[in-house]
Amino acid sequence: MELETRPETFSIFRTQENDPACQSEQHLGQYYTVPPSHFHTVFPHGLPPRYQQQVKTFNEGCVMVRQPALELISHLKRADYSKPTLRYLLYGVKGSGKTMSLCHTVHYCSTQGWLVLHIPDAHLWVKNCKELLPSSYHASRFDQPIQASNWLRNFRTTNEHFLSKIKLRQRYVWTKRESTEEGRPLGELVDMGVSRVKSSSDVVGAVLKELRLQAGGTEGGFRLAVAVDGVNGLWGRTTLKKEDKSPVAPEELTLVHNLRKMINNDWCGGAVIATLSQTGSLYAPSSAYLPQELLGEEGFDSMDPFVPVPVSLYSEKEFESCYLYYLDRHWLQHSHSQTEEGKKEMIFLSNRNPSVLERLCAFL
Amino acid sequence: MAASSGRTVGSFLWKCGNFCFNFNTVSSNLTRQVLSRQLCVSAVFHRKNLAAAGPEKFSEEFIKKQVEEFNIGKRHLANMMGEDPETFTQGDIDRSIAYLFPSGLFDNKAKPLMKHPDEVFPKQRAVQWGADGRPFHFLFYTGKQSYYSLMHDTFTKALAVEKHQDRLRGKGLFTQDAKQISLVGSRWLLKEELEELLVETISDHDYARFIQLMERLLSLPYCSAEEDFVQRYRRQLEIQSSKQQVQPLQYDQHGVAYSTGDGRRKTATGTVLLRDSGSGSISINGTNYVHYFPVLQDREQLMFPLHFMGVLGRFDMQCSVSGGGHSSQAGALRLAISRAMLSFLSEGQVETMRQAGLLTPDPRIKERKKPGQEGARRKFTWKKR
Repeated sequence: MELETRPETFSIFRTQENDPACQSEQHLGQYYTVPPSHFHTVFPHGLPPRYQQQVKTFNEGCVMVRQPALELISHLKRADYSKPTLRYLLYGVKGSGKTMSLCHTVHYCSTQGWLVLHIPDAHLWVKNCKELLPSSYHASRFDQPIQASNWLRNFRTTNEHFLSKIKLRQRYVWTKRESTEEGRPLGELVDMGVSRVKSSSDVVGAVLKELRLQAGGTEGGFRLAVAVDGVNGLWGRTTLKKEDKSPVAPEELTLVHNLRKMINNDWCGGAVIATLSQTGSLYAPSSAYLPQELLGEEGFDSMDPFVPVPVSLYSEKEFESCYLYYLDRHWLQHSHSQTEEGKKEMIFLSNRNPSVLERLCAFL
Repeated sequence: MAASSGRTVGSFLWKCGNFCFNFNTVSSNLTRQVLSRQLCVSAVFHRKNLAAAGPEKFSEEFIKKQVEEFNIGKRHLANMMGEDPETFTQGDIDRSIAYLFPSGLFDNKAKPLMKHPDEVFPKQRAVQWGADGRPFHFLFYTGKQSYYSLMHDTFTKALAVEKHQDRLRGKGLFTQDAKQISLVGSRWLLKEELEELLVETISDHDYARFIQLMERLLSLPYCSAEEDFVQRYRRQLEIQSSKQQVQPLQYDQHGVAYSTGDGRRKTATGTVLLRDSGSGSISINGTNYVHYFPVLQDREQLMFPLHFMGVLGRFDMQCSVSGGGHSSQAGALRLAISRAMLSFLSEGQVETMRQAGLLTPDPRIKERKKPGQEGARRKFTWKKR
C-alpha cells in the first residue's frame, strides 16, 4: 500500500506540524498527518480497529490534536526522570478518544527516541485464550504462549534499533539445554521468545525485568514508556478457567503478573501511561467510566498515586474540524449532510461523541 | 357485529309512578303490539337494509305511545333526582341513569340507557299503499321512491334558478358576482347518512349522481336562493386543532421559560421538562441520551419534533421514562416532547405539528392472543392428517 505524498494545502483543520513535540495549544482541534514511514513501525498493533480501516480508506493517517494528549505530552516533557515513575491515567466515557490520545502520546515518545512498551489491550490477555499452559518457572502460574509471542513480534517491530543496543545483565536459563548468557543483546532474547512459543511468556517477563533495571541507568540510558490500554483488565476477573473449571485469577497469569510489576512505580527513568476501557472489560456495567468503578479497589490501590487525565467529548471547534476533515476526504456523500441543517442533526444524533459520530458518518 | 341492545328505561316507569324496575316487564306492556320485540339500535354506520326490513314492526301509534311514556318517565326521573322537570336535558338523564344503575360492563352499548324513542327505534317507512292496494307515491314502482323524488326536486329547483337567471338577463340585471353559498367548513352527506335520511338503500352510482346534481345546482350563479335546501344535505366539519389544549409557559426563578409534557406509547410512559436556555443537552433518567439510547433509530425519534420545527439546539431537556421497551420509550418521549413544545409555538405551527402526526398518540397495542391459535394471528401448524 503506497501512501502518496501530496503538497499540503493550507486548510483550517489541518496543521503542517507533524512532529508531536512541537505541537502546542494553537494547534488544538487540528489534524496532523502521521508520516507514512512511522506508521508501520510505531503502530503495528496499537490503533483501534475502526481507525485502522479509516486509515486504509483515506490513504493517510491523520490524528486530531486534542487537549488530553497535549497535557500528557507537556507532563512528559517536564517530568523529572530520576524520581520514581509517574503514572498517568486517561479516563472518559465510551468513545471519547482515550485510545487515540494514547496513540498520539506513543507517537511523541517514539519520535523522541524513547523505548515504547505498548500493550494494545490488556483485556486480550484475560479473555478468549485457547491455550493455557502451566508455567515452567512458577508452579501455580499459567502461560499464554500465543498472546505472548504475538506481542513480542510487535514489540520487535516497534523497537528495532534498541534491540541491539541493550545488553542483558543476567543469565536466563530456559530449559536444560537452552540459556541466554549475560551480555547478549536483547534482540536475541526476543527472537528466541518468538521462535520458541512455549517459553514466550517467560521471555516477556525477562524482557520487562531487564528494561525496568536498565531504564534509568546513566550509561546508555534510555527512557521507557509503558503504554497500557484497558489497564482495568489487569485487576478484574478473567473468563479463563482451569481444567477443573475453577476460575483463574489475574495474578495467576504470568503476563499479567509481570505487567503489574511494571506498573508499580518502584523504578525510574520513564513513564506509565494507561487508559481505562469499558468496551472490552469483563463484568463491568456499561455506564461505568470513572477510575474507581472500573479499576476496583485493588487496582485503584495499586495505581495510586496517579495523574488522572479526563478525556471529554468533542468541543465545538473539534467537532467543526472533524466535520471539515470528513468533507475534505469526501466521506460525507449525502447532499443533506453537507448543509448546515445536516450538521445540526449530526450534532444532535451523536452528541459530539467521536466514535458515535464516526459510525454515523460511515453510512452518510 | 351483533346488534347491540339498549334497554329503554323509560318504558319501565309506569304512569302510576310505580318505582319497581323490572326489566322483564317489557312484554306485558306490548302484547297488544308486535310480539317479537327487538330493541335494535342501528347507528349510521350499521349496514342494515332499512328498506328490506319488511312491513313496519312498530306502528305510528306505538311510537307515539313510546314518546309519551318517555316524557313522563323523564319527569319522574327528574323528581327522583330532585331536579326541575322542566329543564331536565338529555345529558342530565344520562348522568342520572349512570348514577342509579352503575354498570360494571365495558361496552358502552351494553349499559342501561334512556333515550328519546326516535333515537332508539330505527326509522321505518309507513305502509306505502292504501286500503285499495294503490300506492300513495307516484314513483313507488321505481323501487327507490324517496331517492328519485329527491332527484326530481333538486332538478326542479335547478330549472327554477335557471329560469330566474334568464329573466334577469332579459331585464339586463344579470351579474356574475351574485352572493354565493359558503361551502367552507362543511362536507356533503355521506352515503350512509343519505340512506338514513331517505330510509332506503341507494347504490354508489346513485349517490354519485346525486352529488353530481347538487354540484350542478351550485355551479349556477344565482343558487343562493336554494341555500336552505342545499345546507340540509351538508354537515359541518369540526376543526381538529382547536381541540388541543396548550398550556401556558411557566417561568422558574431565573426567568427561564420551561414547560412539561407527558406521553404514552404501548405501556411506556415518559415525562419531559423542556427548558429554553439553549444548549441542546438531553438527560434521560439521569443518564445521557447517547448512552440511554444506543440505537440510532431511537435518537432519531427524539430528534424528529425538534428538527421539524427547526429548534434543534435551543432546548434543554430532562426526561424520565419507564415501562415498555426501547422503541416504545422513544415513541413516548417523542409525544411528550411535542406536547411540551406546544407552549412555545404559535397556532399555525401547532397545526403543522398536528398534521405531521406528532401530536397523535399511537393507538397500536399488543393484540390479544386468541384461543385455538398460537398467537394473535398465527395459527397452529396445519397437519393434513
